[in-house]
Amino acid sequence: MTETAETAGPALLEMRGVNTHYGAVHILADVDLAIHPGELVCLLGGNASGKSTTLKTLLGMVKPTSGEVLLDGEVINDKPTSYRVARGVTMVPENRRLFKRLTVRENLQLGAYLRKDPGGVAEDLERVFELFPRVAERLHQKAGTLSGGEQQMVAIGRALMAQPRVLLMDEPSMGLAPALVQQNFELIQQIHEAGMTIFMVEQNANMALSVADRGWVLQTGRVVLDDTAENLLAHPDLRASYLGEV
Amino acid sequence: MTLGIRRRGASRSRTRIDWFLTGLRVVALGVIVIGLAAFIAQQVNSDNPFARWANPDATGLTGAQIQGLVVAGLSQGAMYGLIALGYSMVYGVLGFINFAHGEVFMVGAMTGMIASNKLADAGAWESNFIGSLVLIVLLATIASTATAVVMERVAYRPLRGSPFLVALITSIGVSFFIQNVSVVLLGPGAKAYPGLPEWLTAKYTPLDIQGTRILVIAVAALSMALLWFMVERTRMGRSMRAVAEDKEIAALMGINVDRTIVTTFAVGGAMAGVAGILWGLLFRSVVHTTGFLPGIKAFSAAVVGGIGNMGGAMAGGLTLGTAEAVGPLMILEPLGVSGVSQLRDAVAFAVLILVLLIRPSGLFGERLSAQDRA
Repeated sequence: MTETAETAGPALLEMRGVNTHYGAVHILADVDLAIHPGELVCLLGGNASGKSTTLKTLLGMVKPTSGEVLLDGEVINDKPTSYRVARGVTMVPENRRLFKRLTVRENLQLGAYLRKDPGGVAEDLERVFELFPRVAERLHQKAGTLSGGEQQMVAIGRALMAQPRVLLMDEPSMGLAPALVQQNFELIQQIHEAGMTIFMVEQNANMALSVADRGWVLQTGRVVLDDTAENLLAHPDLRASYLGEV
Repeated sequence: MTLGIRRRGASRSRTRIDWFLTGLRVVALGVIVIGLAAFIAQQVNSDNPFARWANPDATGLTGAQIQGLVVAGLSQGAMYGLIALGYSMVYGVLGFINFAHGEVFMVGAMTGMIASNKLADAGAWESNFIGSLVLIVLLATIASTATAVVMERVAYRPLRGSPFLVALITSIGVSFFIQNVSVVLLGPGAKAYPGLPEWLTAKYTPLDIQGTRILVIAVAALSMALLWFMVERTRMGRSMRAVAEDKEIAALMGINVDRTIVTTFAVGGAMAGVAGILWGLLFRSVVHTTGFLPGIKAFSAAVVGGIGNMGGAMAGGLTLGTAEAVGPLMILEPLGVSGVSQLRDAVAFAVLILVLLIRPSGLFGERLSAQDRA
């Protein structure tokens, strides 16, 4: 594992003291986290710990009631999702959520929806085909007809088409066959080694920490642990106390 | 297709309702089959015993009559199809039926009436008919599009996220509102389009079809081809389909969902505007209630074709239009039903019920799995 890039230089994406509410329900409480360029970091937590809300807040789909969300040091609390996507924040959603009635090609094109450089888009399309030769074979098929593993490839490919600087991944191993989970984490590592900054939200703590540099543990909306992946893996109570596993 | 198998395999015992529905399907199909058979028998020889049994007074139709019915049905159906697209596209994107869409069509027909009469007064209607036609199509399209867009912005957008019944009832209210605005501005009487040039109302060989019918079918086909291209081949169409399928993820791609929804209303409105002009040219008369029956029929057409599906809306329109033109004389008359020409509307809605009985998702509707629907 590479040395963690650590906190040198400004964070790419950051949350400072963020609180969010759904109606009267307090979801996130004073969450601080920072993602630096080149890192692979993960956010762990059990059910309803606020993991998905964290991602939605970073993307502007949920507005924080207090605190700041920063992109390259600029406060983006009031910026819409499209603003953030255009500046390199992209998510691979939970359960992939492809446009099933659209073809694989159309899904990939939609990933590049905001881009104005057709040449660059074509190049990136080739890059996705290199990464996933299977996707190139299925280009004209409806995305809904693909297998789970293939859909995962298209979902990642679609996100890469946006030319992201940071890739947010919501439960990438959710809903995949056990054999594919391992393969999926290898893939994530491969993309990361090619230079992509990745922020991953996962329930599968061991798998996530085995590839990540650093991690946070979220419990009922609060960050309760913030450490290197190694230390978190070695933490005696990690799973029993914080992730709600028995 | 899979659902049919699954449904049959499901361990739900057949209830009395199921038997009733099956009976209804059999009776409906039986009427169609026997009616058609009797029609064919009467065509061959109106004295054969089966033909006599079905309807002793039947005389059969001439070839020209049958042809006339089919052409009339297709041109009528093409207009239903154009209107149906608006219902279907809006349903695809928002999941609700915009019952005021018939009024968007009426606004198009009314605009065309006003514009064409003004042009006729100025003499341009006679001296440059083609130019005038293009102009009124343009004006009607603009008026209908504007109506649809304002409707979305003022009446439906504030209700987004509320229970679908609220939007539905609102759309009925919008429908009455627009009808009444029309009465206030233009009065309650029927208003006529100016006369058409002779070359348009003449009949053309080889099929002996009236020029206006040809125009209706041609313009409808052209509009639909344009729409198909826009939806299937352009970036805007791609974003419309993405929004129809998953708004949250569409937004995640950077698509402006609100703008895409407005575009959908606008495009549906434009199609209704074109249909309004065609209606005006064909029937030459409009009232504030002109939108009602074609609107309901077009909605039925959208359901018959499979709501949310563009090709289905077209096919549904053509099916319904042809059925209501052909059905009375080729199925009911041979069976000895009297006063069949009054039964067009009944036939149209019978087609709707029949299709729903046999294929609840419509002719081209996707059979959604429970997961997709959720």
